[in-house]
This record gives sequence, structure tokens and C-alpha cells, in this order.
Amino acid sequence: MKPASFAYHRAASVDEAVALLSREGEDAKVIAGGQSLVPLMAFRLARPSALVDIGRIAELRYVSRDGDVLRIGALATHRDVEINREPGVLEGYGILPRAARFIGHYPIRTRGTFGGSIAHADPTSEWCMLALLLDAEVAVAGPNGIRAIAARDFFGGLFTTALAADEVVTEVRFPAPAPNAAIHEFARRQGDFAVVAASAALELDDGRVRSARIALAGVGDAPVRAAEAEAALAGTDVGFEAFAEAGRAAAEPLNPPSDIHGSSAYRRDLAAALVRRALAEAAGIDG
Amino acid sequence: MADPAAPIRWTGTPVRRLEDPRLLAGASRFVDDVNPARLLHVAFARSPFAAARIERIDAAGAVAVPGVVAVFTARDLDLPGLRPVLERDDFTVTEMPLLARDVVRHAAEPVAMVLAETRDAAEDGAEAIAIDYDATDAVSSIEQAIADGAPLVHEAARGNLLLDAAMYDHEELDAALDAAEVVVEQTFTSGRVTAAPMEGRACLAEWDERDRRVIVHVSHQIPHLVRTTIADLLGLAEQRVRVVTPDVGGGFGLKCVVGREEVLVAAAAVRLRRPVKWVEDRLENLTASFHGHEQRYVVRAGFDADGVLLGLDAEIAADVGAYACFPFTCGVEPLMASTELPGPYRLTRYRARGKAVATNKPPIAPYRGVSRPQITFVLERLMDMAARRLGLDAVEIRMRNLIAPGEFPYRSAAGLLYDEGSYLESLQRCADALDHDGWRTRQADARARGRLIGLGYSCFSERTAYGTPAFASRRMAITPGFESANVRMDPSGGVTVAVGTLSHGQGHETTFAQIAADELGLRPEDVRVVQGDTDTTPHGWGTFASRSIAIGGGAVKRAVETLAARVAAIGAHLLEVAPADVVLADGAVSVRGAPERSVAIAEVARAAHHAAHRLPDGAEPGLEARATFDPPGTFSNATHGAEVEVDPETGAVSILRYVVVEDCGVVINPMIVDGQVHGGVAQGVAAALYERLVYDERAQPLSGTFADYLVPTAAEIPPIEIHHLQTLSAHSATGAKGMGEGGAIGAPAALANAVSDALAHLGVEVDAIPISPEWVLAALRESRANVAAGGAP
Amino acid sequence: MTQRHRIAIAVNGTTHDVEVESRRTLVDVLRHDLGYTGTHVGCEQGVCGACTVLLDGEPVRACLVFGVQADGAQVQTVEGLGDQEHLSPLQETFSSAHALQCGFCTPGFLMLVTAFLRDHPSPSDAEIREAVASNLCRCTGYQNILRAVRTAADATASGDGSAGEPS
Repeated sequence: MKPASFAYHRAASVDEAVALLSREGEDAKVIAGGQSLVPLMAFRLARPSALVDIGRIAELRYVSRDGDVLRIGALATHRDVEINREPGVLEGYGILPRAARFIGHYPIRTRGTFGGSIAHADPTSEWCMLALLLDAEVAVAGPNGIRAIAARDFFGGLFTTALAADEVVTEVRFPAPAPNAAIHEFARRQGDFAVVAASAALELDDGRVRSARIALAGVGDAPVRAAEAEAALAGTDVGFEAFAEAGRAAAEPLNPPSDIHGSSAYRRDLAAALVRRALAEAAGIDG
Repeated sequence: MADPAAPIRWTGTPVRRLEDPRLLAGASRFVDDVNPARLLHVAFARSPFAAARIERIDAAGAVAVPGVVAVFTARDLDLPGLRPVLERDDFTVTEMPLLARDVVRHAAEPVAMVLAETRDAAEDGAEAIAIDYDATDAVSSIEQAIADGAPLVHEAARGNLLLDAAMYDHEELDAALDAAEVVVEQTFTSGRVTAAPMEGRACLAEWDERDRRVIVHVSHQIPHLVRTTIADLLGLAEQRVRVVTPDVGGGFGLKCVVGREEVLVAAAAVRLRRPVKWVEDRLENLTASFHGHEQRYVVRAGFDADGVLLGLDAEIAADVGAYACFPFTCGVEPLMASTELPGPYRLTRYRARGKAVATNKPPIAPYRGVSRPQITFVLERLMDMAARRLGLDAVEIRMRNLIAPGEFPYRSAAGLLYDEGSYLESLQRCADALDHDGWRTRQADARARGRLIGLGYSCFSERTAYGTPAFASRRMAITPGFESANVRMDPSGGVTVAVGTLSHGQGHETTFAQIAADELGLRPEDVRVVQGDTDTTPHGWGTFASRSIAIGGGAVKRAVETLAARVAAIGAHLLEVAPADVVLADGAVSVRGAPERSVAIAEVARAAHHAAHRLPDGAEPGLEARATFDPPGTFSNATHGAEVEVDPETGAVSILRYVVVEDCGVVINPMIVDGQVHGGVAQGVAAALYERLVYDERAQPLSGTFADYLVPTAAEIPPIEIHHLQTLSAHSATGAKGMGEGGAIGAPAALANAVSDALAHLGVEVDAIPISPEWVLAALRESRANVAAGGAP
Repeated sequence: MTQRHRIAIAVNGTTHDVEVESRRTLVDVLRHDLGYTGTHVGCEQGVCGACTVLLDGEPVRACLVFGVQADGAQVQTVEGLGDQEHLSPLQETFSSAHALQCGFCTPGFLMLVTAFLRDHPSPSDAEIREAVASNLCRCTGYQNILRAVRTAADATASGDGSAGEPS
């Protein structure tokens, strides 16, 4: 399983990467950790004419805190997020290092990057789902400079994002901490892509839900927010039944894909259970 | 003759393996590690269709690709294909072409062979070959293949039956079922799986101009067979073919058949007079290689009120793919299933009909267990189903049916002779280890807390060490069975044992050395075991079917016994005593009872080679011996027990405990035996819960990558507790029985029974493997719907 | 379109200069261009981990790295752990525990575990299982690999630098 030939260029800076992409044209692709792209190239499902390697742009590799805002550089590896212990950086954002452990395995997490996952937009991606859950913003550099795209506008169809062919993700920004948040996922083996993943972030007020955010992955072409379920939870008391109802409400409108790992109906069933479990964990109750 | 008064030193000892250092240090040599000068790499253009006529092949585009040196089609090579034969009227002979010529019969069948300077360029070339296919209708399942009017995979095989064997038919069976208190009627199915060793198949051939012969390096389990087959198909004298198997990265039966690619690589090397290498990539390994275990059983089992099995009727069909594998043929699965379905239970009234059904999928080969995981699944599920209907305990019903010690040797309903085994004892030990008596209470407590836990058992015997007579009954045109060993002591006293078996993870370099060392009074590291080179090893049948320790080890023991007698005779002569008065121990020949009167083995060896005039009258100079061993076969046995938990919301099954009580007779190296159990159980867990090669209605592969074909990781395999019993085999020179497949045989049944036990109160019974989480959830939903409708779950 | 690049890679401390196609993966560079055949190829899609090496100290799947991406990098392969006459403590422990059968997946596990134990000197059993689940083995059923890693971790923790005997 050898890839088709391609031209290789290493970019020393974001500007150079953008210029190379513009020059090489639409069939060029960015490569960083390569954990998603290289397998596709091995099967010749992806046949870029050129690769622009941004993996050595050190300025893009960081996990930092700016007040409430968590800023993750595009080249932060999954492992960087998983093991970051710098005081204060991930405070209130604990869901991210917990989610990192679902991403492949340890040697994949040392190479794979946060920005790479966002740009690749696999429908089961944990980072894409959490970006949507927590209303993150994706910073993108192109020939006309840098623009910020809200997560809800970034993910579109299958493996499709708002990224243009000559643009590079530089950073993902999370605007506010979510200390009452949880992720639950079902995969066939440890390290596998999720069949379905669910995440929840709650604002709690003395045993009541002030507001809820619920996001799912693996249930469509891109991650989704469960708007109806979120609305129905606002103002309710924390409790197993309310969360079970929210799970059902989150699953009901879904039309998930069917494949050898699960039918559409099975994925819907999983969605309901995983949403309930995520809500319960986020609220700190048994679920 | 080793000193009978001294304790046996190496047999039974967990000696560290002599093969380990090179494997740990990266100094091993697998086929893809061998890279002679001017090497050409092979890639294949493979059919995208499961059934099609080939209208046209245009290789011009491929030849133009930089790095491509040659392209071969069937017409270019004009060679016969592989034609395995069973000498039975109910078997239809078919040929597996090396490259498809006019038709393709499964997706990924090789159509053209591209040779290039790199594998990358060869794949570029394969892409650039223009092949016009006229796709035709394909059959993708047993049901489709046997339906009226189904397209034929082979014109010669009417109804797509390559074998239709009505093997056993007891005249009193129907009456027995009529008289039964309970008749369990059930259809069971088992999904398609594949061995997936970590090293795929690989073959490198080079023409040696000095010796005018082709040297074939191949990752294979039976090197001597590869040699004869290549010689036959290429029209070469066998002396002009040498086969070398270096280190082999796992086989599990995938590599005990001769495939198309091995022959093609040799042919290309001879034709081009350049070394040629093909390394199977994982996509080829999963979609274009050999598969196994896709079977369907329609069974009726009759039991009396006490749970005694009265009669068993089975219709067995194996989906064997588009071609018969060489040399075992596609009959290997249905024939073994028919013959061994009665298992370890007392049974006389038995009927079985076994069919090999051709479909447009890759061919099967004898993958670890070969139908025994399936028959054990079927029989053990029947036991549990009957027990439930009769209100009997799962262990109790088995106790009433297992063949008891006083009944051996036991002639089975299929005519097999079971030698001594510990069927009842292994079940009792397993039940005790799992605290069976307290099970119902624990399960009730768990259910009260919303947890679905289950306990399941499987009892089985494992036929091993088939010698020639056992294979002959199958009527294969090529009959394996015996094994050979040559042993030589060099002038310095070092021992070399050359064997016809082929260790590919089983540790023979150590276990055979242990056997030899015990006979000669040496240490295992003094014994070098040589295998896998047809130039330096005697003809043998490689390693498969759990044969090596019993048959290979038996040949080694006999050869070394002869050598030891010669060493003793020479040593005694040098010590001026009678041969009966000496013992071999601690590297010396010494007078029995007077160890200070001794001569070093090295000195004896010198005398035999460099001072032949000092040898006793009539003694031959040099120190060599040869032996063969050809036993009738022997049965090991085991009981597996599994405790599982089912998640009612995801359908996932977790294994809480797994216990094996196994009996393989004398254990040469306990570490190695345990390792075989571990690996076998892991493959059995995989078959029960994870792995399945999925094909769609058009026989297109849907699970051709490791992301979709779910080989379990360490997170999916539970801790495995092993207990040992030891029933000696009268048919083994060392008392050892084979056992390599047992782990894989017992696990699917134990797990299927455990899941059924967890869900039986909800009316859910497992009748198919693998058990997917989705199936569990659907079964639970159906059960709730039945209850809601006012019926039973 | 085939581009060739000159790259310099240090393998187990020895620097190599070699010219490779851009599409040549690091594992193929190591095995075929540089002759380090100890690292093996099991799937070429990053699932099985047989190709695991250390790249600038981090465990990676060498089938998912192009050789050109490793220009100037330090690579450690199984050949750098020890040789047949002087196996490393971890290699000795694998042998004592019978943590290998055919040996094809073994180099990948050794490199994975080398990095894991360096980063987790006192791992729990659950952490060991999670790490070992990174790679596939078809022969051992993982039992003895887990045991070997447990023993190696305990031996390192007790600071005696010995191979440790598996229980």
C-alpha cells in the first residue's frame, strides 16, 4: 500500500505555507502529524499533487491561557493537550485532556495535531465535537490574512470545512471554561474511531440546569448540537429522568449513517444513552 | 541412554527460548528483510469485481511507468494452476489459476503481475494496466449460491457444491429423536474470519546460475511442500528447487497452503533471471488471501428427561469461496466438522452431511481450529439449550454426557478412536475455579442491581498429531502425516537436530532441544535445531494441525535415542565397561554409580571422527542418526469457562473472568504451552465478539483494513487463568499431545454460552458468532416487545 | 512528479545521508535504504504499531511518517536497545516472561514500552494495559507482554537496574 507520488515542500512559517499552497494549487494538501492523511494516501484514496509540511513551524505548537480563553495552537499534539500540567492553563477545561485519551493510541497522540483533526473534520472526531460543544473559534491564515470562523460555521459536509485550498488552521480558541462538562463515547476497541460520541456542558445553579450544551459525533457528516434537547433542559432540575429524556430528544431527530460497525437505528440508540451518561457525569450524579 | 536414576532435567522446565535473542535484538530475518542485488518487487493488478469475464488486458501503460521492468499475464506465463484433489466421488476437482485468464471468480483475484525496481513503482504500474471486465452476477453467501438458478462459480460444480458428503447416517437416529423428551432444533452460523498473522505472506525467489536452480525464500509453514509444488508447476526437477523459510511471523494455517503468488514469484525469477520478491500488504492479506470458518449448521439434538444426548442430526455447509486451497482442498472444513461434531460426548446415533459451497469470495485455508471452534460452539450451545429446557444445570448436563475415564479408548459415532482424556475432571476443575455452586446467587444479586452477568462453559477434545493413516482417511491426493528428524553430533560434541517441522512462534528450537538434551545429558543450548531449509532438513510436513511437538518431537526423540546409544557405546568402550553400565549426564558419559569415572561427550565425539580406529568393533565412524515418527493421532482436551457482563444500553460484552483447564499430556515447556493457550483464546475471543470479514450482496469486501477487521488489542482480552491436568498419551514418544489450537477452539462456545446465560431470562439465545453489540441490543429490544405484547420474552 | 530529496537521519546515534522519494515512508527508509530491518511493517495504515520507533524521543508509527519529514531527526530503533550478546533489561524481561512467540510485533512493542516506561515510571496495571493496547499481537494474547511490562516497571522502580524476574 504505497502512496502515489507527490511533490514535497517544507514551510518554515505560516506565510510560506500559504504561499506554497497558492502556488501548488487545489490538489496540494497541508501535512502536519499525518496520522489521518497518510493512511488515506497509503490506500491511494487521497492523492495530493503536493504536500506542504507545516510540522516544523514551532510557533504553532502551544497550549496557552488568556484569561478565560484557552488557545490551542494548530500544531499542539493530542498528547500536548492530554498531559499539560502547566498551572492554570487547563483549569475549567478538564474535558479536553479527558477527551484526548479517546484519540487513537499513545503513539498516534504524539504525532497527531489538534489543528490537523479540526481541518480533517472526521465525523467522529472528538476535537471537532468539543469545538462545536464549547462554541470555539477556528483561526485560519490565508493569502488575505487571518480570519476567525465560528465552529458552527466551520464544519459542513463529510470531511468538508470552511477552509479554502490555500488556507491553514493556525489556532483554535475556546472562549470560556466549562467545568461541568463530560464526554462519553462508544468504540468497538480501545483506540478505535467512535461509533458514536456524546458530550455535554452544563451551567448549574443549585441543583438546576441554567443552560445546557450537547454535542454529538458519529451521527452524521459532521458533529451536531442537539438544540431541541438543550432548550428543553434549560431551567429543569438535575436528575436522571430529565437527562434520559434529553438523551431521547437528542437522538430523535438524528439520521445517522449505517455501516458495518452499526446501523442508523443502533447509532440513534447509542446517542440517547451516551447523551444521558454525559449529562449525568457533567452534573456529578450517577447516570 | 540418559540416567534413569537422575531426574529428567529439561522436560517440564520453563526454559527461556533459544530463539528469543535474535527476535528481541532486531537480528531476525523475515523474508522482507532479504534484499539481494538487482531485486525486483511485485505488485498485482487485482480484479475489482467478484465475478466477471476478462475481455482485454492492455499493459502498455504499465510498461511505460518509470521503474517498471516487466508485466506478466496468464497468457504470458502459460502455466498450470493449483489443483488440489480429494479422491472422493462427492468432491468436484477445480483449478485455481495462478493469474486469472478469462474469468475472475472473486474480488481481488490477481490478474496481472507487475515487476519493478520498487514496490511503489510496481503499484504505479498495476494502476496503469487497462483491463476491460464484463461483470457478471456474483454469489455472496451460501443461500445465494445454492438457490435455484444461481450463477455457477465453476461450471463443473453443479449447484455450487464442491463437496457434498453424506458421511454418517445411523439407522436408528430418527427413532431416537422421536423418542426424545426434548429435541433442540436450531440453525447456527459462524462468520468469515482470517488468520491475519502480523507478518503477511511473502516470497522471494532468485535464480542461482552456479547451481542452476531457483532458491525460494518464503514465509510458510510447510517448506518441503512448497518445493515439490513449485517444481511440479514450473516443470523443474525438484533438485533444481531449494526452499528456505527464514523467520516466519505467524501462520495459523494461512501459510500452510501454497498460494498463487508463491508460484508466480518463482516463475518470474526463473524467467527473468533476476531476484523477485512479493510481500503481501495488509489489504491483500485481508481481501485477497485465504479465509476460514464461515459455516452454517442446521441441527436437531434429542435428549431424554435426564439430559442424556440420544441423537444428533446435522446439516453442515461451509462457504469455502471461489477455489479449493492446495493441498488440503475446501473439503477440509466440512469433513472435519462432520467427523468431529460429536465432540467429547457419549453418542452413537448420529447423522451428518457436510457441504463445501462455492461463492465468489476468496478461498478458505485451514485456519486455527478448522471447524472445531464451530462444532464446539454448536454442540455446547445445544447442551445449554437442552439444559434450560429440562431445568438442568449447565455443568450437570455435561457431567451426564461426557465420556468417562473407564470408557477409553472410545470409538466415536464418526469412527474416531479417542485415547485417554480428562473430560470430566477438567469440567469439574473449571467449575470449581469459577465457584459454580454460588453462581445463581451471584447472578440474582447482580440482576437485582440492574447488571446482566452470565457464566458459560465449553468442553471439547482436540484431535492432534495426525499421522499418515489419519490423513489418509481424508483421501487427499497429497497425504501428510509422518515427520522426520536427522541428528548429528559434530567432532566437538555439539548437536544439530534437523527437522521437517517449521516453528513459527511455537518455540521448537527450544522444546526440541529440551527433548534432545534430556536424552544426551546435555543442556538445551548445546543443541542447535535446524528447520526450514530443504537442502539441510529431512522431508517433513511442517507445522500445522497441532502436530509438531508430538510427531516432530517424537521423531527427534527417536533419532536422538539412537544417537545416544552410539555415544554411550563409544564412551563405554573408552571407559572399558559395558554399554549398559554407563549413563549420559552433565555433558559426559560416566560409569553408573561412579560419576568420577567419565569421559566428556566432546572427547567421545572427537574419537568418533578423528580416531575412528579406536572405536569398538562394528561401530560406524561419525555420529548421525535419523528417525521418522508416524502416530495414529491423539486427543488433548480442555474445558473453558467465561464470566461476562452485558451492557444493556450499548450491547457491549465485557469478559470478567476466563478460566482454562487443559490437558495436553506431558508438557515439555510449560511457558510455551501457556503461551499457546493465551494466543488461541485471544483468537477465540476475537471470533466470538469482534472479527468478521463482511461481504456485500455483490461479494465486495467491506472490511479490508485493520480499522474495520477488528483484531483485538490488549484492552479486549481478559486475564486468562490456566490450570493443567496431565493424561499421558500412549501414542506419543514423549507423552506429549498437541494443543496449539485448543484456545481458539473453546473460546467462542464458552463466550456464546456466557452471553446466553446473561440474557436467557429475557429469552435471548445466541445462535451466531460473532456476537455484535448491535445484535445484543436488537435481541433485548425484541424481548421487551414480546413482553409488552403480553407474551414471553 | 517523482521528487527525490537528500535527507540526513541519525539512527541509534549514527548519521546517515540518503536520497529518497518524497513518498518513501520512514519505515521503508529505515528498512530498505538504510538496512535497519529490525523494525517491521504490519499494516501501513497506522493501526498495528509493528513499525513503532522513537522519533526525537517520541514513539511514532514509522509507516505514517514520510522519510523527508524526518530529515535532521534522531531515530531510535530496536537495534539500538541491545544486541544478542547483551540484551537490554527490557529485552531480557520479555524473554523471561515469554512475551514473544513469532517475534514479528516484538520490536514495535519494545520501542513503545521503552517510551512508555520512561514517561510513566510507576504505572498502574490499568495504565500498562492501556499503553500495551496501542499495538497488535496475534500470537501471545498479550498476557505475557503485560506481565513483562509490569516486571520491568517494578524493577526500574526498585532501582536495581536488573532485568527483574516476572512473577
